[in-house]
Amino acid sequence: MQPQIHISKVGKVFSTSGREVVALDDINLEVMPGEFICLLGPSGCGKSTLLNAIAGFSLPTAGSVIVDGRPVQAPGPDRGMVFQEYALFPWMTVEKNIAFGLEIKKQPKARIKEKVSALLEMLNLQDFRDRYPKDLSGGMRQRVAIARVLALDSPILLMDEPFGALDSLTRRNLQDELLRIWTEFRKTIIFVTHSIEESIYLADRIVVMTYRPGTIKKIVSVSMPRQRDPSSVEFNNLKKELALLVMEEQTRHNQNEIKVPAAD
Amino acid sequence: MKNIPARLYASLQGLLLPFVLLAIWQYLSAHAIVNPQILPAPTAVIAKWWEYLLPTEAFDPSRSGYLAWLFSGEMIHDAYASMYRVVVGFLVGTALALPLGLLMGANDRIYKLFNPLIQILRPIPPIAFIPLSILWFGLGNPPAIFLIVIGAFFPVLMNTIAGVRHVDGIYIRAARSLGASQTTMFLRVMLPAATPYILTGARIGIGTAFIVVIVAEMIAVNNGLGYRILEAREFFWSDKIIAGMFTIGLLGLAIDSGMNRLNNYLLKWHRGIESN
Repeated sequence: MQPQIHISKVGKVFSTSGREVVALDDINLEVMPGEFICLLGPSGCGKSTLLNAIAGFSLPTAGSVIVDGRPVQAPGPDRGMVFQEYALFPWMTVEKNIAFGLEIKKQPKARIKEKVSALLEMLNLQDFRDRYPKDLSGGMRQRVAIARVLALDSPILLMDEPFGALDSLTRRNLQDELLRIWTEFRKTIIFVTHSIEESIYLADRIVVMTYRPGTIKKIVSVSMPRQRDPSSVEFNNLKKELALLVMEEQTRHNQNEIKVPAAD
Repeated sequence: MKNIPARLYASLQGLLLPFVLLAIWQYLSAHAIVNPQILPAPTAVIAKWWEYLLPTEAFDPSRSGYLAWLFSGEMIHDAYASMYRVVVGFLVGTALALPLGLLMGANDRIYKLFNPLIQILRPIPPIAFIPLSILWFGLGNPPAIFLIVIGAFFPVLMNTIAGVRHVDGIYIRAARSLGASQTTMFLRVMLPAATPYILTGARIGIGTAFIVVIVAEMIAVNNGLGYRILEAREFFWSDKIIAGMFTIGLLGLAIDSGMNRLNNYLLKWHRGIESN
């Protein structure tokens, strides 16, 4: 099987007010079709920058990202994006939000309706079809956002800390739902998180990233069968191992955050 | 049901001050403390208002239908004339300002091209255009509507620009990743996202239009509410002046509550909306 996403020698330099910040340096990663990858690290490690490079929002300054044989130039519906802030269109009802991508694709009305209905049912949103996002809880909003990208049938889902703003029960609930959807549709998922437990619960492989410059510190494969039990010994051993790796970077992050204001 | 006495009490409370003022006013007039030509009694104003509202001639079925007769009063004609100017001027002003504002908000080059000119013209009060508008358009509706167009144009324009510029980048990113074309992005993302700003601009614009119409009618036209109260001054009809002002106030209130309803309807998705 060929990898679906090729990331080779990717680097990204931001220059703000004369200072250059190396956000990503020499990232190499291959993602197989249907694989569930978590990008894990403290804030400032460039995990969202890497995701945005794959999404095409902000292209890398070095190296290349190749998806399905084509270099990424711009965002596109082949890579569905789910944002932490949900990014639902508040002026559209739930139904319209989900249908929007299909309307852009100019699919026939009947087909759109059918598809939206199926998605509403799959994500337990039937009762909210005609509601506006402002009437929904955070968890419900993120369900709609997931339904919106699923509607596109994109083979790849890119998720930028999608459950970061949710309470822990809603979070677990949506994690299970995401795994169910992933199992059913066999999407390739790249999922950014700073929660160690979340990454172990979800991923096939966890990519631990370093703090500035963002590089890959270690790639950890998780072989535990799903549904994974966060109270199991194996889960917790892995959690300790990852916590050590992440803490090293978190410490560098903290030191840097203290140093920066003093330097200015 | 329990709330009714409380609400009744609140509205009674609200009526208290106007009632006291009316009573003082009536007292001053009734005892001839002020000259009735300077300040006529409230009762005289109400009588005049009623007379101004009613048809001037007796109903004659051979000349017109009943409804046409009922609305043939001078005030109805004046109010209609003023409203016509406000609505036409406002619609033309908005029709010009909205597309330009959307373009200027979305495109930096267009913004830089137009902005200096707009910054020069915007501080000129629409009223200052009166002499020029009479020179250009003569008397009657054209100069009045021209002034109202100017009055409505700038508030709508400035708010539309601000609205488009403040569209949250996350919506743009979400729409791009869903594959939206430029046109779709413009019509289905930027425009609705800017609606709260645009409606604020429209509300200010129609308020300005209403101010301008009264002034324009005092100078460039010979009907409408603004003309009528100035005409009444020539004859020293202070009761009619106040009756006319009262009508102007009622129309302003009607316009504002109409805009409010439009606002609530178009922004029913919006988070921080007031429900009044």
